[in-house]
Amino acid sequence: MSSAPAGTTSTETRIMNFRVWRGDANGGAFVEYSVEVTPGMVVLDCIHKIQAEQAQDLACRWNCKAGKCGSCSAEINGKPSLMCMTRMDTLPKDETVMVEPMQAFPILRDLVTDVSWNYEVKKKIKPFKPRAPDNADGTWTTYQVDVERAQEFRKCIECFLCQDVCHVLRDHHKHDEFIGPRFLVFTAALEMNPLDTEDRIADLKKRDGIGYCNIGKCCTKVCPEHITITDNAIIPLKERVVDEFYDPITRLFRMFKG
Amino acid sequence: MSALDKYIVTDHDVLVIGAGGAGLRAAIEASGHGARTAVICKSLLGKAHTVMAEGGMAAAMGNVDDRDNWEVHFSDTMRGGGYLNNATMAEHHAREAPARVRELEAWGAVFDRTKDGKILQRNFGGHRYPRLAHVGDRTGLEMIRTLQDHGVHQGLDIFMEMTVVALLTNAGRVVGALGYDRERGRMRVWRAGAVVLATGGIGKAFRITSNSWEYTGDGQSLAYHAGAALMDMEFVQFHPTGMVWPPSVRGILVTEGVRGEGGVLRNSEGRRFMFDDIPELYKNQVAKDEEEGWRYVCGDKHAQRPPELLTRDHVARCINREIKAGRGSPHGGVFLDIGWIKEKLPNAREHIKKKLPSMYHQFMQLAGVDITTEAMEVGPTTHYVMGGVRVDGDTQMSNVPGLFAAGEVAAGLHGANRLGGNSLSDLIVFGQRAGEHAAKFAKSAPNREVDLAQVEAETRRALESFDRPNGENPYAIQHDLQDTMQDLVGIVRTQSEMELALEKIAALNARAAKAGVAGHREYNPGWHTAIDLRNLLTVSEAVTRCAIERKESRGAQFREDFPNKSDECSKYNNVVRKAADGSMILERQPIPALRADLKAIIEKMK
Ligand SMILES: Cc1cc2nc3c(=O)[nH]c(=O)nc-3n(C[C@H](O)[C@H](O)[C@H](O)COP(=O)(O)OP(=O)(O)OC[C@H]3O[C@@H](n4cnc5c(N)ncnc54)[C@H](O)[C@@H]3O)c2cc1C
Ligand code: SF4
Ligand code: SF4
Ligand code: FES
Repeated sequence: MSSAPAGTTSTETRIMNFRVWRGDANGGAFVEYSVEVTPGMVVLDCIHKIQAEQAQDLACRWNCKAGKCGSCSAEINGKPSLMCMTRMDTLPKDETVMVEPMQAFPILRDLVTDVSWNYEVKKKIKPFKPRAPDNADGTWTTYQVDVERAQEFRKCIECFLCQDVCHVLRDHHKHDEFIGPRFLVFTAALEMNPLDTEDRIADLKKRDGIGYCNIGKCCTKVCPEHITITDNAIIPLKERVVDEFYDPITRLFRMFKG
Repeated sequence: MSALDKYIVTDHDVLVIGAGGAGLRAAIEASGHGARTAVICKSLLGKAHTVMAEGGMAAAMGNVDDRDNWEVHFSDTMRGGGYLNNATMAEHHAREAPARVRELEAWGAVFDRTKDGKILQRNFGGHRYPRLAHVGDRTGLEMIRTLQDHGVHQGLDIFMEMTVVALLTNAGRVVGALGYDRERGRMRVWRAGAVVLATGGIGKAFRITSNSWEYTGDGQSLAYHAGAALMDMEFVQFHPTGMVWPPSVRGILVTEGVRGEGGVLRNSEGRRFMFDDIPELYKNQVAKDEEEGWRYVCGDKHAQRPPELLTRDHVARCINREIKAGRGSPHGGVFLDIGWIKEKLPNAREHIKKKLPSMYHQFMQLAGVDITTEAMEVGPTTHYVMGGVRVDGDTQMSNVPGLFAAGEVAAGLHGANRLGGNSLSDLIVFGQRAGEHAAKFAKSAPNREVDLAQVEAETRRALESFDRPNGENPYAIQHDLQDTMQDLVGIVRTQSEMELALEKIAALNARAAKAGVAGHREYNPGWHTAIDLRNLLTVSEAVTRCAIERKESRGAQFREDFPNKSDECSKYNNVVRKAADGSMILERQPIPALRADLKAIIEKMK
């Protein structure tokens, strides 16, 4: 056999220009760097290269470099993305690459934002509460079909890119009234876990602000884990809320769906 | 008024350093025993290395093959470890892992299921039966999220994006830690009755690694400088399958799960070279042909495993041999092919995407390779350190009173080579034990007075690189160290190269003492790299010294000049400590005789 890998990656080395936002809570500006880009490099590699060779103190977060930890979130040419999964050869060749921090959270420094709000929100959501074990040895019997939905939501790597793109948070700053798509997904994972017995529907409506979501699906489009946030998590939750309370947008949605 | 006013000081019963699987499990346990518990981590919560684990956690639950039990798991672990393992730990691990895994389910983990509704288990290298509980190829994410979400409701004090730079001791006992926060660079003191190290590994000492920036050997180094012994440091695991191309992703892991699902290794001639070299210890446990290997993958209980599922040390060396013999792939690896299973399964494409979703995306996005139709190119990558802080097998306490260690930072369970899946189970079994015993120890340790002189001296050391704004760039020193370890103390070792490595490490130590950083203390990665250098250099020296001392090939250590096992070397573990004059001393620690019943189990399973 010995099929050589096709490798759609280009093979040329070239110089590319970057504009990276540098600054802190008091303000900042874009700083220009140029980087020698070799085949297969991702944006995070370029940031590291800048760090090692030109700006030792350029701040960014990262861990796995493989799209698994959700640390390296930023906005690349205006699009919320993981820096470690954005290949340079997918960006326009002759244009300067703009890299800036997520806009929905307060700036700490350079590409690093204060995401602590997310951790606070999560703490308030009622934790997992399983039914009594099914079997004498303390185990449960559940089947693959029953866990699949929850497993989709549990793929979430907490990159918070969906929070960043959601206009309710990004433009309207409703952080006090709306938990955002990430935590709607989190709640959905709990609600759709076949073992869970807790009820979070009243919280969703009253405290978590699920009504603010107008199902625009921007969050689904940026999710690096390809979680169908709106269709599979938010809409079913909204339907559960409707069954207990009244929610105009879901009613409208149901009408369109026929 | 105290002279500690310059510092942010907090008080705890148990201080856990590290928020991976081991740290979080320890913290949950300590807090369950009524201890006021704090957790410190360098990254955000939920981002520790554990999140990257893919294949699964090993526990002899017997859900897929009811012939499995703790005795088989115990003997598999000992065989894999070349019998240098701490047998007490191997026994606890094999006995307790099933309960710890079920506990995760009770805390919200959602595992893949068997047809009859139990937790599904998969095959992995060196495990006799399907044993790894898993969630697709993102098991580590499931573990860390479960522990994190459970933990935050247990009243833990969590300190994120903070780095410990020294352990504080008083009269020989550990009483806390000193560190800084990344956001502002402020120095902090955590006072505590007991400290649990759960800081993970050392992979960043090498150039090609599956490990992240966090893996700079902090815990091993902190413990060593506080007087603790490090054991088995020569045993560094090179995982056989890392990505080799494109260059920027070199080293990123390709889970063993690919081979567990039927992936095969071939050289440039298309030959399944793994059939050419079956080690003596395993000759009764390997398929005689490709057909039998495939039946094993499909769950045939009478079939033996394909040779791709032998232990990692062996597979890595076979790959290395093919590459060196000029039978490698275009970018210096070999081929790993899972797409071939379409000859056997009608829905192979969907099956692969379902079983190995993150591998599919990783190759698609980073290399432009569709693994359902094309072979991957893979080669060895530095992955895991079996050695680490020497601990008591029951309590996980080191030789320094009040200092505990669990997870990858601790030594003992895995001996000379770790079996895949035995780390995630290690984290929860020994995290639990460390948490319990640390909480108990803290109760008997009311005096938590820290020594101001020590705090001040360690603070000066942490900040001194700022005094040399024109000093050498710390990144350059780190790179040179990584090259040294990769080239001279890597997968194939010899005396002369390692002696050269020691000289180079000494020279790098001198350069590190003159490294400088510019800028301010806020979120300054250059400064952090300068601080990491001491840790990396300490563990690199320990690895090299131990590797020189062990004049044999066993488990993860392969010496070209001593290619065989030696009986003499089977009788001891290497241990290093810091001497009074600051130099590193090495001792041989005899391995105690195996308990008769454990010996009988091993004999029975041969
Ligand atoms: C890609 C990959 C896949 C893997 N797959 C598997 C698998 O399928 N099965 C398996 O069993 N094993 C697997 N492993 C191995 C396993 O994941 C790790 O060994 C294990 O997760 C280590 O866990 P830990 O709790 O010891 O440390 P980690 O999860 O690494 O956590 C270490 C923690 O310590 C903190 N820390 C470190 N230094 C300091 C300091 N100075 N101050 C403060 N905090 C500090 C870090 O911030 C982090 O929170 C894999 C490893 C990798 C890299
Ligand atoms: S669909 Fe809802 S949650 Fe998602 S981005 Fe739009 S408003 Fe926000
Ligand atoms: S749901 Fe998707 S986009 Fe949102 S935090 Fe999780 S992984 Fe990121
Ligand atoms: S570094 Fe982990 S997702 Fe990018």
